[in-house]
Parts: sequence; C-alpha cells; structure tokens
Amino acid sequence: MNTSTFNAPVVESPDGFHLGDGHRRVIAWMIYLGFAALAIGIINGLGQALNYARIDILQYFPGMRDYYQGLTVHGVVNAIVFTFAFTNGFLALTTSRALARQLPLAALWVVFGLMVAGFALAGFSIGTGRASVLYTFYSPLQAHWSFYLGLVLLVVSTWVTAGILFVALAGWRRENPGKRIPLMAYISVATYGMWVLASLGIAVSVVGILLPWSLGLVATVDPLLTRTLFWFSGHPIVYFWLLPAYVSWYVMVPRHAGGKLFSDPLTRVVFIMFLLLSIPTGFHHQYTDPGISGGMKAIHAGLTFGVFFPSLVTAFSVMYALEIGGRRRGGSGLVNWFARLDWKNPALVAQLLAMLSFTLGGATGLINASYNLNQAIHNTAWVPGHFHMTVGSAVTMSFFGIAYWLIPYLTRRELVGKGMALLSSWVYFIGVLVMARGLISGGLDGMPRRTLIMEAPYTKEGWELAGLLTGLGGTLMFIGGVLFFAVLAGTVLFGKKTEGEPDIPFTVTHEAPAETGWEVKLDRFRYWIIAAVVLVLIAYGPFFASYLPGAFTSPPYRFF
Amino acid sequence: MNVKKVEMVFLSLCASMLLVFLLALFYSAYGMGMHLPGVEATVDPREVRQTAPFDEPGLREVGEGQYEAVFLGFAWGFQPREITVPAGSEVTFIATATDVIHGFHVEGTRVNFMLIPGQVARQSYTFREPGEHLIICHEFCGAGHHLMYARVIVE
Repeated sequence: MNTSTFNAPVVESPDGFHLGDGHRRVIAWMIYLGFAALAIGIINGLGQALNYARIDILQYFPGMRDYYQGLTVHGVVNAIVFTFAFTNGFLALTTSRALARQLPLAALWVVFGLMVAGFALAGFSIGTGRASVLYTFYSPLQAHWSFYLGLVLLVVSTWVTAGILFVALAGWRRENPGKRIPLMAYISVATYGMWVLASLGIAVSVVGILLPWSLGLVATVDPLLTRTLFWFSGHPIVYFWLLPAYVSWYVMVPRHAGGKLFSDPLTRVVFIMFLLLSIPTGFHHQYTDPGISGGMKAIHAGLTFGVFFPSLVTAFSVMYALEIGGRRRGGSGLVNWFARLDWKNPALVAQLLAMLSFTLGGATGLINASYNLNQAIHNTAWVPGHFHMTVGSAVTMSFFGIAYWLIPYLTRRELVGKGMALLSSWVYFIGVLVMARGLISGGLDGMPRRTLIMEAPYTKEGWELAGLLTGLGGTLMFIGGVLFFAVLAGTVLFGKKTEGEPDIPFTVTHEAPAETGWEVKLDRFRYWIIAAVVLVLIAYGPFFASYLPGAFTSPPYRFF
Repeated sequence: MNVKKVEMVFLSLCASMLLVFLLALFYSAYGMGMHLPGVEATVDPREVRQTAPFDEPGLREVGEGQYEAVFLGFAWGFQPREITVPAGSEVTFIATATDVIHGFHVEGTRVNFMLIPGQVARQSYTFREPGEHLIICHEFCGAGHHLMYARVIVE
C-alpha cells in the first residue's frame, strides 16, 4: 500500500452546508419514533425468547391476550415501524447533506405524521386483539381494516420520502448539469428507488385485495395470490432494512475507522445490483408452496444467489476501508490491524460487531436460498435464528451505532454514557449469537418458528437445550437494548449542550468518480429502473400469466 | 499491493463459489430427483371435504411398498392424526388446507411444504428406518396453532 492512499484529496466537498434547526428537529423525531417502536418490540421479544425456554412472562404483560398477539407486535413494530422511521429520517439526512440542499420541511413533517398515524392505526388493531395475524398477514386470516390501513400509511410514508429525495436529486441535476451525483446521495436514492418498485406488490395486495375484503366489499380472497404479492415485496424489504446500514458501512464507518472508501464506481455498482436483483427473488420464500412451478423457483434461486454477490463485494470494500484505518493506527500483519481499530468508539464498535454477526447471517441466508435444501429448515426456528443475525443485529446494531453520532448531531448534545454504549453493543452481540445458536440448532431438530412452544403438546430431543440458549441469548439482547435506550434517553434529556458538530461524519473516496467513460452511465437511474422492471417481468411474468385471474375461493377467518 | 487485482481475485473466487453451490443444488434436484413441490392441482376449499381424494383422508396402499397418504389440515389439527407404515415404504403425501394457511413438516425428513387453501401439495419420501416422526404445523394459523400436529410411525 503506498502513502497516496492516505493523502488523496477530499472528493466530496463540504460546501459549508449546515442543516437547519427545523430539519434537525423533524429528523430527530423520526429517529425517536423508530426507537420508540423498537423499545416496544424488544420488550415483546424478551417474552418470545423466554417462551422457547418455557418461561412465561407474557402473562404479566398488561392487556396481552396471547403469545401470537405479542408476536404480531414484535414483527410489525420492529420490522416495519422501526426500520421505516429510522430510514426515512436517516437517508433524508444523507441525501440532503450530499446534495447540499435543504429538503422541504413541511413534506418531512408529512412523512412523520403518516408514520404516527400508521403506527397508531396498526397499534390500535393489534393492541385490541383485532389483528393477531403476524407481520406477514397471510390471508385468509383476516385482520381488522384498521390494520391494513395502518400498513398502507406506513408504506406511503416511504413513498413520500422517496418523492422528496427524487425531487431533490432532479433539482440538483438541473443546477449541476454533467456532474456526477455525489456518492452518498446516489446510494441513498438508489435504496429508495429499489424500494418504491419493490413495494408495489404489497400495495396491490393490501389496497386492491385485503382492504376491500376486510371492509366486507368483497367476500373471498386468493391465499396464494396475496401471499405471492407479499413476498414480491417481502424479500426486497430486507434490503430496504439492510441498505441504510450499508450506506453507513460504505460512507461513514471508514470515517469512524480513520480509513477511506477505495472505489467509488464499485460502490455504485453494488447498489445498482441491489436495485436490479432484490425483487426477482421472492419465490425463494415460497420454495415449499404448492401452485408455483419448480422451474420458476429455480430461476428465483439463481437470481437470489446473484443478489448475494454485491454483499460479497461489500465485504471486500468495507474490510479494505477498515484495513486502511487499522494500519494508520499502527496495525500490521495479516489481522493485527483489526485489533488496532478504535474499539473505544461506540459508533464504530456497534457497527463492527454488526458486520461480524452479518457474516453468519449471510451464510445462513445462503442456505435458506438453496432451493431444495430449504426444505430441511423451512419455517423452523432456524429462520428467526438467521434473521436475528441480519435485521435483528446487523441492521439494528448498525442503527445503534449511527445513533451514537446522529443523536448528538441532531440535538447538539454530548453523548452520555460512552462506556455503557460500548457495553450495550457487546452484550447485544453476544446475546444474538447465543440466541441464534439456540434457534438454529432447534430448527435443525425440527422445532417450528412462530409457535407457542411452551404449551405445545409435542416436543423433541434437542429442543430443551435449544430453548434454553434462545431464552438466555434473548435476555442478553434485551439487556443490551435497555443499555442502548439508557444512553439514548440520557443523551436526549441530560446531554451537555454544545455547539454541536457542524457536519455529519462521512468519508472521502480514494478515487474521484470518473467524468467520462462507462461509469457515467451508472448515474442514469432511469435506464436501471427500466432494466429492473424487465427482470421483474421475466421472473414473475410467467407465473402471473398462467395463474391469473387466480382462485378467489377463500372466505375470511378470524382465529384469534 | 495492487488493490484492484486482489479485489478481482477475491470477487472471482466468490462468484465461482456461488456458481458451484448453485450447480450442486440443481444437480440434486434435476439429476437426483429431489424436487420441490410444484403445480399439482387446485380445489375449492369450501367444498374440499366433498372432493376426492380429500373426502377420504388417510393412508392407502397403492402398490408393493408404496402408499398414498391424504391429509387435511384445519384449525387446529390434521386428519388423519396418525399413520403407520412399514420401514422401506415410499409414501406420497397429498395434502391441502380447509380454512387458512397451515404448514406440513415431517420433522427429520425433507417432507416440508405449505398447505394453502385451494392448492394441492404433493411430495414423496421413502422412510428407511423404523421410528417416529412428528408432523408439525409450522405456519401460524391462529390462537391454537401450537396444538396442531400428527405422527408418522415407521415400523
């Protein structure tokens, strides 16, 4: 490695951009809303983890009717409210900063209002026992209409955010003809572009079918069709959870680590690959569904393996950026640079541990995607074992790490309890590994997911140890979460008032984006979106062409 | 160190790894016959109990050491609750749901599919060793989901 790596010019110019107080406030409220949802989710999560250890604390939860009501809360608030609220705020900030443009304040408050209304409606229906349908809401289990309407408002909040970002980018392009889109804005907008396209499945299903059905306007539904539309959005939604963390890993973590991002074009290629390949992969959640041909499932298997590739590229790019940082701090040899990273910086440590857990999450995900091998683990406890190492830690801990600089930045207060923040990350990380070990071994022994195991009349050898580890790990995760919330609340309420950081901590890139050649084409989102639509048509077209108009033969059931 | 070169080597290895995995999977499916459930038949869930073969759920011998096991899943149980087959039998499971979506996992085997109202699922498996397997409903189907199971006994 030569020294020029360290002395390369700052590529993204600071331009003296300052985020106004009004903007800081609205973004802060979005982040608070997200973490408030997560707090509710984590409390329920403790109850679910202890269920596997046959310890019943759910009976002490006020207003809780049964395990499945709590599981619905856990899924909806963690996977939808928390992620959407955090991402709407965070990527609005990164885009605004990268383009050096103030976003329309009123529109940002509309986003916040939609999320509050959606959260309230969904919360009302679930809280009053009218919607214990889990966050996948498979028909013909039927929830109260307010549940579906709440989901609609939450999704619309992401669309309004997307609109704000697209308009900002269009305005920037008008004023900067021929210039390359700043990297941080590029990857933020690409994330929303992917999600807007991906969310159409769930939109058609909820607005077109489930909402009218729950209002009694139509009598019957097609369970396979609504399920397929759910997974049309349901796999790419995991990238909508993950990509904001990737944004941080690409452009912020190198800065925390004292390194820098090596390749501008490769980063853009990675996000374009996610835009192209996230959606035409949904059948890998339906490998075991009758009614979808093996050939279509095989196509989705191939594309799912394809969408694994940009994550491997990310592993290289992020690792290399970290290595630059570690060597600058005196690290040497093959692995010593990793130990030399700044393990006292809570923002960095949370995200380093997030990455470590994500390697296991990725490996187990590849097994899920493995066509007929999926039958060994489908719908067993293995699956929550897998996704707690992805969204439940890689994403969640990354958002913790981001919060450690973002909350002080937004509130102009110093972080309170740095030691506690570091402890939180380690406890949560160890907790998720222990819990995943339990869930994964239980799953391999056939233990089902989404099941009140402690009251099931059947059991098997191996489930007891698996359950104990799940309960123990979940408890540690809960403690890690409580420590995080203590730091968050301490900072917001009691943090010492400061001038505040003038800017957010994002990295420079070793090489500036090229002004000519093939790389310029990466910035033409329009063509990439057309390509993504074509891939979706190839991957889903034959199914819908042969399946539609569908079999609307199922009346509603409310088994809760 | 030439970073770009190292990166290309790393990424080529990654891509090759994914390709090898995928080819192995497709060989196991199309070369060794380990297929996923596919398009079988449809049935109106409102009339499924009057529709063959679901009007008579249960086990029947269809040939030497070959059986068909017709199952219905409903809230909250399976019909039949138990089947018994001799070791070495090839059992073809044919199943659907009468009400909401259920799951069907013969634990310890790769018989694992969804019961979707309106869709018929079908999968064959040879039980070589004597023993007992739980059939677990592994998809949430309402307040009594955890009560829903059956058994395969291999003698």
